[in-house]
Amino acid sequence: MDILYLLIPLSVVLVLFVLIALWWAVHKGQFEAMEGEGERILRND
Amino acid sequence: MSSSLQNNYSDTVVRQFAIMTVVWGVVGMLVGLIIAAQLAWPELNFGIPWLSYGRLRPLHTNAVIFAFGGSALFASTYYVVQRTGQTRLFAPGLAAFTFWGWTLVIVAAAISLPLGYTTGKEYAELEWPIDILITLVWVSFAIVFFGTIAKRKVKHIYVANWFFGAFILTVAVLHLVNSAEIPAGWMKSYSVYAGVQDAMVQWWYGHNAVGFFLTAGFLGMMYYFVPKQAERPVYSYRLSIVHFWALIFTYMWAGPHHLHYTALPDWTQSLGMVFSLILLAPSWGGMINGVMTLSGAWHKLRDDPVLRFMIVSLSFYGMSTFEGPMMSIKTVNALSHYTDWTVGHVHSGALGWVGLISMGTIYFLIPRLYGQKKMYSVPAIELHFWTATIGIVLYIAAMWIAGVMQGLMWRSINEDGTLTYTFVESVKATYPYYVVRVLGGALYLFGMLVMLWNVIMTALKGRVQPVPIPAVLAAYA
Repeated sequence: MDILYLLIPLSVVLVLFVLIALWWAVHKGQFEAMEGEGERILRND
Repeated sequence: MSSSLQNNYSDTVVRQFAIMTVVWGVVGMLVGLIIAAQLAWPELNFGIPWLSYGRLRPLHTNAVIFAFGGSALFASTYYVVQRTGQTRLFAPGLAAFTFWGWTLVIVAAAISLPLGYTTGKEYAELEWPIDILITLVWVSFAIVFFGTIAKRKVKHIYVANWFFGAFILTVAVLHLVNSAEIPAGWMKSYSVYAGVQDAMVQWWYGHNAVGFFLTAGFLGMMYYFVPKQAERPVYSYRLSIVHFWALIFTYMWAGPHHLHYTALPDWTQSLGMVFSLILLAPSWGGMINGVMTLSGAWHKLRDDPVLRFMIVSLSFYGMSTFEGPMMSIKTVNALSHYTDWTVGHVHSGALGWVGLISMGTIYFLIPRLYGQKKMYSVPAIELHFWTATIGIVLYIAAMWIAGVMQGLMWRSINEDGTLTYTFVESVKATYPYYVVRVLGGALYLFGMLVMLWNVIMTALKGRVQPVPIPAVLAAYA
């Protein structure tokens, strides 16, 4: 099952990538003051 | 002129993809109906190799997944990323290339598959020159999408865009890894993987394509268009964020459940089963979040058929994301695998979830893209809704019964250890269910033809009007 030496590290890299994206989003304040965000898309088209 | 153009959304490419969604939907579902009829009445391939089941089946799957579903995803991604960011598309020329490039991919598939050119990898049958074109289109799609995110005027990135972004990036990785092949001529190649290694890569790709192309992408669609059509914010915005991160953190390893009881190591199979079971939680969280958006406004379902498309779609999403983890349990899989139950499961997801949410989205988009308040005929939407829903129920009920029956017949053993039934006896017993499936498929296709008529009439009646980009409130910039 040599293929797992490709697929498992690849998944680990992807998860790291997801973690970086999450860290970026939190750091940039994407998830602060989310209250109005659901309503905002209804207001303008 | 050019300065006023800068103040309008780039909707041409959205319009092109929206129209082609309906056209490819009719084509793909027609091919599906033909092969469903061939299974009941094999004479229908007329002895013509190009019309044989083995060649038309990949044409059906490619047409409905990548042509119909893909066009719906392109249209909604381009629409939503502009509306939620209140900005035009980044690199509109590249966006136009994605439309024509994608159309060329589909035409190439429609020619090469019936001629018998195939890599033999399910859902990735197209030969290497077409694979390269897919890669070019997909990279352009990523540039346009992330470029538009980067130049957005609204600080917060709306949740739908996270789903679209994950779908675009993951599909790129899946395509590159699974389609690694060595050309042996213009329309012939060999996979760089062999045997069980190839099977593992194939289902790592196959299931993640279900997860990111057919789920994450359409969830992005759901999180924008359900609130818009219901005129209510999503039930819990926080839950939608949790739904996103939970889904993408846990999705990657469900694939091995396609290879239970094969040469794949046992622990890998069990890993696939465990991850499939875990997925039930984020899936149902998202489904409940979508349905509960209507909380306090259930009456809207009574007179809005478009909203009904979307909510019934979410019900099928909930149903198939319960059925899927259940079928991934090894003991259940021992009964269900290789039977028509699998086909039924796929279609409750495809016709129910992907199909209905796309149709609802297109019914939302078409009037707006042609300067109209609503579709040409609302009763026709109503008709489409009922024919599609009844069609799906006939289809999946027939396949459930057929599948469980096949599984039970195949495992039935006499006292002396011989098989109770020959294989052909199970085929014969399946015949009435195949006929019911043809009926269900015909109803679903009929609904799609009604939609095509309605879309054409709306487009003819309406006029393409540029939509100005509204100013961003200071609080959101």
